[in-house]
Parts: sequence; C-alpha cells; structure tokens
Amino acid sequence: MTTTPQLIDSLAGGLKPAPHGFVARCLGLGVALGASIAIAAMLLAWGLRPDILRAVASSSFWLKLAYTGGLALLGFVSILRLSRPEGRVPPMVWLGLALVMLAMAALAAAELWHAPASDYRALVMGSTSAACPWLIAILAIPTIGGIFWALHRLAPTQLTLAGAAAGLTAGATAAFIYAFSCDESALPFVLIWYGIGMAVPTAIGAWLGRVALRW
Amino acid sequence: MKPVALGAADRTWSVAALQQLEERLRSLMISALAGHEQPYRQLLMDIANRLRVYFSRRLGRENADVEDLVQETRLAVHQRRFTYDSGRAFSAWLHAIARYKLIDHRRRSNSAVSIPIDDMDELFVSDASEAAAARVDVEQLLDELPSQARGYIRAVKIDGKSISEVSTSHGVSESAVKVAIHRGIKTLALRLKGTDTP
Repeated sequence: MTTTPQLIDSLAGGLKPAPHGFVARCLGLGVALGASIAIAAMLLAWGLRPDILRAVASSSFWLKLAYTGGLALLGFVSILRLSRPEGRVPPMVWLGLALVMLAMAALAAAELWHAPASDYRALVMGSTSAACPWLIAILAIPTIGGIFWALHRLAPTQLTLAGAAAGLTAGATAAFIYAFSCDESALPFVLIWYGIGMAVPTAIGAWLGRVALRW
Repeated sequence: MKPVALGAADRTWSVAALQQLEERLRSLMISALAGHEQPYRQLLMDIANRLRVYFSRRLGRENADVEDLVQETRLAVHQRRFTYDSGRAFSAWLHAIARYKLIDHRRRSNSAVSIPIDDMDELFVSDASEAAAARVDVEQLLDELPSQARGYIRAVKIDGKSISEVSTSHGVSESAVKVAIHRGIKTLALRLKGTDTP
C-alpha cells in the first residue's frame, strides 16, 4: 500500500488548473451529443410532420414544446445540482415540476370540458397512442447515455435521484424532438402519452443510477 | 449566570474557529484548482486529519478500515475536485464525499461478511469427514480426553501451532507430543464411531 507522502506526491505532482465550468460543460456536452443523435434519428426515421408549416401557427404545437421543454429544463437544472456531492434538488425545481404538470392537466381538462363526449376517445387516444411513448423512450436512449457519461466524471451522491433526473432530462428532450414529427395535437393525448414517454426513461434512469453511477 | 455566559463565549469561539478553518481550506482548494501544487499538498495533508476524525468517530478509533477510508476519500477528492464550486462551502463538499464513501463502505462490508459464510458452507460440503465433524460438539468430545492430550490437540489441531512449539512450551519431547496427539485422535475416532452406530 502506498504511504501518505507517496500518495500526495502522485496526486499533487503535475497538477493542472481546473477547466472553467467543468460540471456544466460536461453535462452540456452529454446532452448536446445525445440530442443531436436523437434529432438525426427522428429526421431519418420519420421526418418532420407533413403539416409542420400549419402546425407552427397553432397553440397546441407550442404547448407541446412548452410542456416538454419546461420539463427538460427543470431536469437539467436538477442534474446540474445533483452532479456535485453536496447538491440537492432546489425547492423551486420541485415547485416548477408541479406547476408544469398542473398547468398541462388543467389545459387538457379544459379541452375535454369544451368537447362533446363523442370526441373524448379521439382526444385521449389519438391515432398513435400505442407507439408514441415507446418512440419517445427510444429517442431518449442517446441522451440518457450522454448524461450518464458526464455523470461518471462528476460526483453525484444521491444516485437514484441523479439517475431519475438524467432520465427525465433525456425523456423530455426526446419528447421535445418527437413533437416535430408527431402530428397529434389534442392536449389530453399529449399530457398522457408524452407523459408516459417521459416517465419510462425517468424510471429506468432511477434504477440505472443506483447500478451504474457508483464511484 | 456565569457558566451560561462562559458556554456561550465558548461556542462563539468554536464557531469562529470553524469558520476560520473553512476559510483556510477553501482558499487552499481555490489555489489548488488554479493549478498551484504547494497549497494542494497542504490541503491533502490537512483533510487527512479531518477525515481520520470523521471516520474513527463513526467506525471506532481502532477500526482498521479507517485508514483505508481516509485514503480512498482523499483519492476521490482528487479525482472529483472539479466538482467543487468555489462559491460554496468547502466543508460541505468534503463532508458529502466522506459521507458517501462511508455509506458505500458499509454497503460493501455487509456483502463482504456474507461471502466467507458461503465459502465455509462449500468447504464443509466438499469434505465428508469435516461435515461429520461439524455435526458433533468438538469441545464436548475433547473434554473426555486426558487433560494432556486435550491440551496438545487443541494447540496443534485447533489453534494451528506446530509440534515443536508445543513441545518447547510444555517442556516435553516432540515425539511425546506426536504420540499423545495420535492416541487422543484414535480415542476420539472410536468415540465417534460408537456414537454413530445405532
């Protein structure tokens, strides 16, 4: 076993200055790489929704982006905190998560409220509900990989929570990207099936965090 | 009145001392992150003492794992040093790493205890005579032997001493020890056979 002076020599010898903003850069790189792969996969596999030009004029398209983009941002803020040993999820993030979900649920409920009962099935199930969550979960794989790659260089101590935050960030980023390809516009559909699509990577991330993030 | 005032003064003093220590370690860490070797050496030395206190308070001063944990944590501090945010408290950062290493150590040592038990089971099963021996109360059997043979057998077969060690400590010849052990074991074997036959 190495003695203390030897250990200190081996650690302190040839010390290099810390890269500026190491944590944020690592995580940013992980997300950027993962998201680029997901964007390329979306464009190659399904392409943009055919009615994209009309869609950008609709509020439901922007609500989809706000819902998924908001969750992705909150996930990323959490992961920035949790990648430091003493980091905690800030209360504002929990509050933000609750507000996004509640706002989306309220808007979806309002849409159902104003629709005739005969439309309920179409508003909730759409025509792609069987595929939507799985496609989002698959699109999340490169980003979850990128974030875990970054976390290996960092120091998370709440492994389950850090894994879950990584999964949420990846899932919400994937859902954001998927929104450019999916032409469903009913808010109840988006709330439920996009929600499940983001929840699956979050759960997988939580489990994977315990297993793969130990250091 | 007086002791209360003293106590309060004491506490302010120790809070001030802790703040001073925090300031010192934090500025050492900031210089280290800027690439200065000497402050970093100082920091690594200083935190070793703090970590030793931290771990021995939780594992016991005499615990052999304390030193391992100190080294492991110091290595982790080195490898993860870029995760320190210079705007935050250094003690909180260091404490979080030490705590994580302690929890990880407890998790690992729990599994390490269960592994030898499994190994022992396999050993007993692989050797039939040992399995048989395990079923009887060895101590009870030994009690039935003459005290001299019992002492030799215990020393050589159970405590793992050599024949020559036993002969010098008892002041008898090596062959006498060998003969006594041989006879004693023969007697034990007969006893075992006797109890095994229905």
